[in-house]
Amino acid sequence: MIIPRLALRNLLGAGIRTWLNVVVLSFAFVSIIWSQGLLEGMNKQAADAMIHMEYGNGQYWHANYDRYDPLTLEDAHGAIPPTLQILVDNGKATPILITFATMYPNGRLQTVLLKGIDPNQSVMGIPGEFLAKSDAAIPALIGARMAKNTGLKIGDIVTIQWRDVNGTYDAQEATIVQVMTTSVQSVDNGTIWLPLKKLQNMTGMIGQATIITLAKGVEPPATNDTWQFENLDCLLKDLRDMVKSKSIGSSIMYIILLLLAMLAIFDTQVLSIFRRRKEMGTLMALGLTRVKVIQLFTLEGALHSVLAVLVGALYGTPLLALFAKVGWSLPENTDSYGFAIGDKLFPSYSLGLVVTTTILVMIVTTIVSFLPARRIAKLKPTEALRGRMA
Amino acid sequence: MKNDVIIETRGLFKRYPLGEHTIVALNDISLHFSKSEFAGLVGPSGSGKTTLLNIIGSLDSPSEGSATVLGNQIESLSSRKAAELRNHHIGFIFQTFNLLPVYSVFENVEFPLLLLGLSADERKKMVFEALEWVNLADRAKSKPAQLSGGQSQRVAIARAIVKRPAIILADEPTANLDAENSHHILKTMVTLNKELGTTFLFSTHDAKVVQYLRRKISLIDGHVASDELCQPA
Ligand SMILES: Nc1ncnc2c1ncn2[C@@H]1O[C@H](COP(=O)(O)OP(=O)(O)OP(=O)(O)O)[C@@H](O)[C@H]1O
Ligand SMILES: [Mg+2]
Repeated sequence: MIIPRLALRNLLGAGIRTWLNVVVLSFAFVSIIWSQGLLEGMNKQAADAMIHMEYGNGQYWHANYDRYDPLTLEDAHGAIPPTLQILVDNGKATPILITFATMYPNGRLQTVLLKGIDPNQSVMGIPGEFLAKSDAAIPALIGARMAKNTGLKIGDIVTIQWRDVNGTYDAQEATIVQVMTTSVQSVDNGTIWLPLKKLQNMTGMIGQATIITLAKGVEPPATNDTWQFENLDCLLKDLRDMVKSKSIGSSIMYIILLLLAMLAIFDTQVLSIFRRRKEMGTLMALGLTRVKVIQLFTLEGALHSVLAVLVGALYGTPLLALFAKVGWSLPENTDSYGFAIGDKLFPSYSLGLVVTTTILVMIVTTIVSFLPARRIAKLKPTEALRGRMA
Repeated sequence: MKNDVIIETRGLFKRYPLGEHTIVALNDISLHFSKSEFAGLVGPSGSGKTTLLNIIGSLDSPSEGSATVLGNQIESLSSRKAAELRNHHIGFIFQTFNLLPVYSVFENVEFPLLLLGLSADERKKMVFEALEWVNLADRAKSKPAQLSGGQSQRVAIARAIVKRPAIILADEPTANLDAENSHHILKTMVTLNKELGTTFLFSTHDAKVVQYLRRKISLIDGHVASDELCQPA
């Protein structure tokens, strides 16, 4: 136990130089947690919004459904299996019918997805009550982005054209009854929400659905081959991949910071090995083994990281806590991120993130401290004693 | 008398390669030292004094011959065993004091006791005792940079003596001190030698040191030119 004690004594004895290194290292430490916390917050917030609006506890997809290929929609519909129908009847799941259509806002042609939902459902965050309240022939709900792209407003009437189950074209006018603001783009862009029954009638797909969404907390029952369960891991995979790729990009900043701190510590260590030779010789003469001297100098360097974590915690904890509480106002065009995050981002600092970062910083510091200290091993006590004292 | 021998060298050689030549720093040194001796190696610069002290202190090993210190065969000692020998039984005093700069006087003197794993109470007691011997108990909290040369060397003596080693090796301990401080330090060492029975072995070319010696060994070009007992002043 003597080595840690001596190392700390030496480190604190070195004064300003130690603290300079410690502060730089603590900046690296805190900013790693800061930037990773931001991304974790992004991930969590986006996932939460998507779960709330769309995914619930997962979705059953009709076997023919492919979310990247609208052309599959033609065949991707079927009757709701009995096991799921029970859940639907109890409000623990809700069916969605999706069909491909074209509309002509202001005379321009645009392709859209018509999605039918039960106006009274509460499984998803789509505000179906506006569809229930309206007495229009075809009440339609759209998102704010869709409204902006098409120029449609509440009360506007737009012609939509679709093909029914037999492939026959039909067209009718829909009335925009509400424009909803949501951060989740997949329920907004290119989507028109209609009452489920209405859409089933329009297409002749009575009692059918494309997707059945489970409510939060509802365990997925087994079904037949026509319906495949997609759990949240699958549904959120795109989001997670995107966050991961962004995380690599933002890592570069803090890797540079970390390198800077490591360089400072490495430099201090190298200098020590040269300037403190006589001290090493003295320690050996006093009965410290060479291995112990190496341990001492390595630990002295490594302890920078311990101090950095303490110092970082001192100013970082209130700073990051405040930041997590107040949030980070995002600029106007954050939509281009492709994330479902509101206009404010709340970073999320998990224990795992803090622990991993701490361990990472400690390991790297120990390595850069050990490398120069290893040279002591080649030193004979008599040679060391002839060296200069600091 | 023979039973009291704690240092013995037999046919000791130390050679350093220098290009195509070799420097013979020690040339067939055979010496005995007994418990409680107060002996000095004297000789011109380069005569091998430091080299011999380093071998006896297990900091270095001979090229040929053998050295036995407190029953330990220096030439075949592992570096760990050598460190242990130094830690327990040998105190060093250097020409340049070699105090640890970031430690206080107390911590410097305490250091060997920390290595020995003594308790805080024991350490404190022994450190202050040692500081009393060198008359520096009131400077326990000072840093080495705040001390004069004479005071620094007295701290170094306290550090060497604090663990009550059997042997203290002092390589030109007065070379950086003025006459008054030199005498002061030598008197302190004479007292410690008498009271504790510690064996002192010096290297010096300082006449002031020589007058305190009870045995004077002259080295010339790495071999013993004379070995005589003397009456200290
Ligand atoms: N590491 C070394 N490499 C080569 N030669 C050395 C080495 N150490 C000592 N020597 C040589 O060995 C000889 C004896 O050196 P030593 O330091 O023992 O002399 P000394 O009597 O202590 O001299 P001084 O009074 O100047 O301290 C000298 O010629 C010196 O140059
Ligand atoms: Mg010398």
